[in-house]
Amino acid sequence: MPVAVFFGCAFIAFGPALALFVFTIAREPLRVIILIAGAFFWLLSLLLSSLVWFIAVKASNPENVSLQKGLLIFGAVFSVVLQEVFRFAYYRLLRKANEGLAAISEENLSPISVQQMAYVAGLGFGIMSGAFSMINILSDSLGPGTVGIYGDSQYYFITSAFMTMAMTLLHTFWGVVFFDGCEKRRWWVIAAVAALHLLVSGLSFLNPSYEGSLPPAYVIMVLMAAWAFFSSGGSLQTLTQVWMCKKNGVDSS
Amino acid sequence: VMGAAGSSVSGQPSLLLTCLHICPLPGVGCSSVQQKIYVQLNKTFPCVRLLNATHQIGCQSSVSGDTGVLHVLETETDLDWVLSSGPNPPYVVLMVAEHFNRSTMMKLKGSARVAGVAVVISKAGPAQGFSPHHSCPNQNSGVYSDSYGPELAGCNVTVWNPLGNSLSYEDFRFPIFSLHEGEEADVIRKCFLDHNRGVNGSDPAYPLCAMQLASHMYAVKDTATCMRRNDIQSRFSISPEFVCDALADYNVWSSLKPLNNSGKGHLDGESVVIAATRLDSRSFFWNEAPGGESAVGGFVTLLAAAQALRAVVEDHPPSQNILFTFFQGETFDYIGSSRMVYDMENGKFVIDLDNIHSLVEIGQVALHRNGQLWLHSDPVSRRNSSVRSESTALNLSLSVAEPDVSQPLPPSSFQRFLRARPIPGVVLTDHMSAFSNRYYESLYDDAEYLNVSYPSGLSPEEQLEYVTDTAKTLAEVATLVARSLYKQAGGLDDHLSSINADPKIVTQMLYGFLVQSNNSWFRSLVSPDIVKNLGDPVKMPTWLVQYVLANFTGTLRNLTQTQCKNPEDLEGESKDLYSYFWVQGPVPPNSTQGEGYCVRAPVRLVKAHSPAFELHQYSSRDYSTWTESRWKQIQARIFLVASRDLEMLTLGVGVAVLLVSLVVTYFINSKADLLFSSSRETTSTAY
Repeated sequence: MPVAVFFGCAFIAFGPALALFVFTIAREPLRVIILIAGAFFWLLSLLLSSLVWFIAVKASNPENVSLQKGLLIFGAVFSVVLQEVFRFAYYRLLRKANEGLAAISEENLSPISVQQMAYVAGLGFGIMSGAFSMINILSDSLGPGTVGIYGDSQYYFITSAFMTMAMTLLHTFWGVVFFDGCEKRRWWVIAAVAALHLLVSGLSFLNPSYEGSLPPAYVIMVLMAAWAFFSSGGSLQTLTQVWMCKKNGVDSS
Repeated sequence: VMGAAGSSVSGQPSLLLTCLHICPLPGVGCSSVQQKIYVQLNKTFPCVRLLNATHQIGCQSSVSGDTGVLHVLETETDLDWVLSSGPNPPYVVLMVAEHFNRSTMMKLKGSARVAGVAVVISKAGPAQGFSPHHSCPNQNSGVYSDSYGPELAGCNVTVWNPLGNSLSYEDFRFPIFSLHEGEEADVIRKCFLDHNRGVNGSDPAYPLCAMQLASHMYAVKDTATCMRRNDIQSRFSISPEFVCDALADYNVWSSLKPLNNSGKGHLDGESVVIAATRLDSRSFFWNEAPGGESAVGGFVTLLAAAQALRAVVEDHPPSQNILFTFFQGETFDYIGSSRMVYDMENGKFVIDLDNIHSLVEIGQVALHRNGQLWLHSDPVSRRNSSVRSESTALNLSLSVAEPDVSQPLPPSSFQRFLRARPIPGVVLTDHMSAFSNRYYESLYDDAEYLNVSYPSGLSPEEQLEYVTDTAKTLAEVATLVARSLYKQAGGLDDHLSSINADPKIVTQMLYGFLVQSNNSWFRSLVSPDIVKNLGDPVKMPTWLVQYVLANFTGTLRNLTQTQCKNPEDLEGESKDLYSYFWVQGPVPPNSTQGEGYCVRAPVRLVKAHSPAFELHQYSSRDYSTWTESRWKQIQARIFLVASRDLEMLTLGVGVAVLLVSLVVTYFINSKADLLFSSSRETTSTAY
């Protein structure tokens, strides 16, 4: 039943993003706006970088395979750089917006903090990036066939879904870390985020040997999760606190 | 081949998300996901559905196509695998043409485990012969019935097509496609060998190679039903979508002495000898009907005879007129000839049945053995003044005889004329009783079967000019026919020797109609805007026959193109007597297009549309009621299918991921204040 593959891959790729959206963003209109604007910024960066790549491809010889591969790598690198540039641009925009929001509120306090904006912006980037990676593949998973007749792996749909999930969450964490670095003027943080983004993007060139691309991407995701957790105010103490609370709660109930 | 007026255009499958289908590398060669999954098979021919008053025949698939695991049929055990023992039904069977016979197909038809059949057609047919047509063609639409020669009806005396297995007239509920030997067939076999064979006798493991065949037909049940649905569509729908079309085309006719086309009905004082033949043929698959022996041999002979008679028409015209008629749609219960007889009966044609003196029909003539031809006549209405052509055959290496037994007429257009009037006539064939054509109405009745073959190393233009042996023998038959017609129409014996068919012309026609119609001679005969329709053996030769006949029986006129379109007011020109054609003419060596000439010829087209549709008698027993279904998309492709277990696993993992992320997110969200408390002081400042 190809519909099973469709829903399975859709849930894998967009499940966490959906959960995050439903529980943390959907109730607050301001966060929804920031999310969608973030998605739009990512879309703009992709549009510009794909324009550059497209022109490069059209201007080059289509027969030369190694040249085309080289252009693809160049396009990917350029796209990563442009995405980070747009992330910075969005940061500046949100800072400005934050001042405005603080000015019109009653207590001169912005209703949303920079960390929350960072998280929402990152999630916006992630959702849009995931959509662009996955929708194409999801539509083809509805047909009767699966990948493989030309020798590709038959696990293409599932691995794409897992990669998309990793990218979505990675963008979220990178957003948090990036904005924090900008706030505290730590430029090495920005460089690190860009480097990691390039690394994960480069890992995808190792496909179809999915062992080479998926586990490293997940390792990086876990590390980024930890980094984002610590940079947004979490610490081992709070973690143990919550764990104890939960345990006590479970014991007492 | 007859075409249904306006069969369908292919459409795209309408998935909601297809509009977002992005092809990421347009320059390199689109590597979108679809191209990773599917291998499209482009050079396939489907079998389509046809309906008549009582039945539907042909094949049907479900709306988006039928998918089945591929299995190559080579031996009997393979058939058992498909029908009972294979573990992954349904199957799509790939077979070579040897297995495409009635017994195998009936077994597959009766099984629910078959999703489709693909037949690989080789160049030469099975040695023992193959004919998917009935063994008694056009049994119920000829002249022999309970009221006319009942002992001769139903092939009681002679079975005309003994090799016929009636496969074309079965109703299959799965699609059947055909493809030729070549790259695509090899790709399919490779896919099967790589994925569908178990190791050491065990069941094959997923992913398996599968094929999807899509040829969904809209019409069902019978002609009356589909015509009624057409009616409803045209009345109540803003953009009506018809479900079927009547088989219709045009008959081509020409006369030795021009007839005034504006006068219809009985023509006083006119006595006409009709020289008839048929243009069409069919096979099991749609639009593939080479019809070499069954049609092309016959009409090429008559065309050559028309050209041969040109030598005497100016100076020594015969006392009676000769009408050359080329009927379309004869395979499907005599559509063309029944329409012409109907028009003659109702005064809608230039002459009527009383004007007919006699009829000579050219049947299948290209495979005669030892120069022996046969004249068939109707035993019921045999007249003493039947055609005598023995004397005209003296100077040729052909001998003509009449069959010994009291035998009915073979299936021929002449039978429809006999239904209306007892006209004297004969049918000329190369078979005494059963057809000598072992591939009657099948894909194998092609140039090779007729021995139209050329020595290797010839360019296409040289092949066009090369006179094959088949062309020589057909030219002799054409000469015989021309001389007989001349004699029959009252011409004098003295001039018979000047009537000769030219083998050069015959070989050019055979090349054009059987091998390649895009050749220099055909290009010079047709008008410049039709030239692009030439290519490979052309599927519907009606218009091509019209132009060839115009070239043979017409004269050049010194008119410009606009004058040629409207010659009404010009002196000496008459649209009533002639048709005017603007043809390209021979292409001079230094340019790509010919100058263009105006040809005037007494050649006309008349509709070959069954009277049943004029009279709205869709269940008629008297006239042909054949219609062809409409369809939207016909495609075939192969791909791999994943096991059901893997699909369910994917769904399970997806649901699990969704649930876990929902739970974790809820939990983290509810404890967010606690978790991110170290920065609580900073969040309150206005940043």
